[in-house]
Amino acid sequence: MTCVPKSKFHHPQLPVNELGLTYRDYEGSMSTLCAGCGHDSVGAAVVQACFELSLPAHRVAKLSGIGCSSKAPTYFLGKSHGFNSVHGRMPSVATGANLANRELIYLGMSGDGDSASIGLGQFAHVVRRKLNMTYIVANNGAYGLTKGQPSATADRGSIMKGGKEVTDEGIDLVSLALSMGATYVARSFSGDKEQLVPLIKGALSHQGFAFIDVMSPCVTFNNHKGSTKSYDYLRDHMESLISADFIPHKSEITMQSEAGISQDIFMHDGSMMRLKATDESYDPRSRSSALSAIQEHTDKGEVLTGLLYLESGASHLHENINTVDKPLNELGYKELCPGSEVLEELNESFR
Amino acid sequence: MISPIQSVNDFVIKFANVNGTGSASANNLFAKAVFNMGVPVSPRNIFPSNIQGLPTWYEVRVNEKGYLGRRGGGVDIVVAMNPQSLADDVAAVLPGGYFLYDSTNRLPESLCRDDIQIIGIPFTELCRQQFSNTKQRMLFKNISYIGALAALLDIDFEVFTQLLSKQFKGKEHLITANTTALELGYVYAKKTFECPIGVRMTKSDQVGDKILVDGNTASGLGCVYGGATVCGWYPITPSTSVVESYTRFSERMRIDPATGKKRFGIVQMEDELAAIGVVIGASWNGARAFTATSGPGLSLMGEFLGLAYFAEIPLVLINVQRGGPSTGMPTRTQQSDILACAYASHGDTKHVLTIPANPKECFEFSAQAFDLAERLQTPIIIMSDLELGMNDWLSEPLEWDDESQYDRGKVLHEKQLNSLHKGEKFGRYLDLDDDGICYRTYPGAHPEQGAFFTRGTSRDRHALYTEDGDKYVDNMERLVKKHRTAASLIPAPVINIDDKRHKMGVIYYGTTENVMPESLDKLQKQGLKFNSMRLRSYPFNDEVAEFIDSHETLYVIEQNRDAQMRTLLVNELDCHPKKLVKILHYDGMAIPVQAVVGGILNHIGADECAKTGEAS
Repeated sequence: MTCVPKSKFHHPQLPVNELGLTYRDYEGSMSTLCAGCGHDSVGAAVVQACFELSLPAHRVAKLSGIGCSSKAPTYFLGKSHGFNSVHGRMPSVATGANLANRELIYLGMSGDGDSASIGLGQFAHVVRRKLNMTYIVANNGAYGLTKGQPSATADRGSIMKGGKEVTDEGIDLVSLALSMGATYVARSFSGDKEQLVPLIKGALSHQGFAFIDVMSPCVTFNNHKGSTKSYDYLRDHMESLISADFIPHKSEITMQSEAGISQDIFMHDGSMMRLKATDESYDPRSRSSALSAIQEHTDKGEVLTGLLYLESGASHLHENINTVDKPLNELGYKELCPGSEVLEELNESFR
Repeated sequence: MISPIQSVNDFVIKFANVNGTGSASANNLFAKAVFNMGVPVSPRNIFPSNIQGLPTWYEVRVNEKGYLGRRGGGVDIVVAMNPQSLADDVAAVLPGGYFLYDSTNRLPESLCRDDIQIIGIPFTELCRQQFSNTKQRMLFKNISYIGALAALLDIDFEVFTQLLSKQFKGKEHLITANTTALELGYVYAKKTFECPIGVRMTKSDQVGDKILVDGNTASGLGCVYGGATVCGWYPITPSTSVVESYTRFSERMRIDPATGKKRFGIVQMEDELAAIGVVIGASWNGARAFTATSGPGLSLMGEFLGLAYFAEIPLVLINVQRGGPSTGMPTRTQQSDILACAYASHGDTKHVLTIPANPKECFEFSAQAFDLAERLQTPIIIMSDLELGMNDWLSEPLEWDDESQYDRGKVLHEKQLNSLHKGEKFGRYLDLDDDGICYRTYPGAHPEQGAFFTRGTSRDRHALYTEDGDKYVDNMERLVKKHRTAASLIPAPVINIDDKRHKMGVIYYGTTENVMPESLDKLQKQGLKFNSMRLRSYPFNDEVAEFIDSHETLYVIEQNRDAQMRTLLVNELDCHPKKLVKILHYDGMAIPVQAVVGGILNHIGADECAKTGEAS
């Protein structure tokens, strides 16, 4: 864990965003994760993304399950409400929270044990329910708090710290999210802030279920030779096929002159994701294209990263069940209670 | 030869049907007709966990005095429409009783009894002649036996025609077809038998302005009136119809007139864990939310109930109890989740239970549960059961006070957070009012103040994680204090002191109420007098302890094997276990009068023997 508490003091000339806030205003309390933990980098990327988007932090609700990753929300966005719920069940809590108030931004922070092992069911269902939220899995293939057991995303054939080989097939959450109907699907690496920050910004701006699988190495239990989730392994095997830039709706859009195929996908608020695929045949609007690319790269022993799929304009849960625009938690007695006269009619119908 | 039973407005009739044949609506029509004759009625569905093909029964007690509980023993009349269960159905008739059956196929000689009246009417054949379509023949066979009963029991035919026109308003062809089917049986019975038979009905005025409705319908409606806007659920018998009722009424009463959009969100989840997870998430975020479940669903919700208790999140859970353990008897009734709910989840937990006994209380307790949950910031578990939830009950009409307001509990909104003194920091778990209940905030309320981390781990008064033993104990003790505060807010017991000098009392709860007036009348005839207390909630308030203290012997009447409420009373009130005598019934059918009267008499007899033995 980091031993030196964060100082409240910050440089008077730190850059400020549209809300007049600095990067520091988006931080949380001091991290108790291991020094060098990938999750702290994920948290820092969230802070950066929210700062750059000028999000009012209190309008973000952080939800998590149980595990190192689920503790992480304490260490970013200190002005947001957080809910550290029970193991593997964050998706249902997020569903309820979102139903209650459709106007907040919901950020789910989970891990591979939380989402792929104990919580695989809830994960699959929240995707197919098309909840409007950003769901980040900090994926390291191992349990940290119980000291190094493999999770369900540990790759078959990889070696755990004690020397044991993983014999079960690993679950790929990105492929699962794609086949369950997620409308924004990305994979990234905690060590690649340049790639990760725009992906988080895009996800937070997306209306619908946005999923980011972030490879986030566990420095204590899964960063050795033989692991497929170590810093070294990931740096060697990552293949960024599609790079994405988040372009806010207020900025001027200039023509791209760089190499690669550029594709712009507009979000609901006029902001835009500018995607560049190094492979011409890749279509980020096609699920099948994404699924087959992931499979092809996996077969080659590569970890495909980038914004793999984006469907803009799809309907989400509130639209699907046709709830009123006003948040349900703001409806008052008059809007909710039918009153005694109606009850008298009902009494009559029960006679 | 035993003479046929003679009785007016006081009998039990049992319909034997095959499930999935549409008999339910016909049988319901019969119960409604009795009700509309002004005579108290209590119908019960006795059904299998099956879609189609297995035996199902509908037992209706008709009683001018208003006794609604199961009488126990045999029945006066059987309407046997199921060849599979004929032998059992013949055996169920009391000597002198009546057996009405479909004589399209002759009753096997071996089943004939000479101590009962056997009435054969060829319903299948009559319907075959009258209706051309197979489905109609099946459905209207049921209506035709109701028509025959109208003649045999002397029920006003006009009552039926009125009910049909009310039920099928605007669908004239259905009114005509149903009336034809009714007449079919009516005319045949009139023509063939001496009508009425010994058991019969006459118009009365014992129903007043009462209504006839099932508990689950009333519970679902209570959630609408109580302001619930979010429901996460998973279907399970016998609680499913609570959510169906909430859905139906919400769709009628909660649509925004301008946009046609819904002022409620119902999501059928993948399991009960997710169902209660939704409720917790929504309540945390300031909406009124509930779920309903039964049996195994309750077990699955255990972990989340512990989280809601410890993190202090309001929620409403309607538990419609069924026969356990495990899958148990999904379509039979019990009160066997008392302990599982009072102490649900691992670690030291104590929940708040309310226990309705009739549809009016189902409605009121459901609506009130949202106020209680938000005031107390904890789960409120409503302990209904299959007997109450899935059967129609004669009930006082539902009432609503338009002057009432929702009590949203202790919540600091933006304005209050703005007015915090400079340097004063919001603390989620500060007990500022010394009642164990702290102030909470909704997510998104304020840019600077009020945010905190909700967690199931131990924390200090400012919601920061801690493993400090003193801080942990401080928090756990406050939760106990809050639980004591709850006792003053939840429904008080209904205590009836017949005479202060009585040394014996009865304690009961929920649907056991249905058999109590009759049981106590019967015991009184034997010279045994009791004061009574109907528990309506847990934690117990002082009145409960006083009632127990002021009697020598208390019979605790329950519908479970292990005397769970007695255990809870002993555990919570430290009363002497010897004072509390268990009277138990748990075969899956609602407790009959017999079990109460017999149980108490047995104990008194045994007690007398013991005393005599000591003396000699």
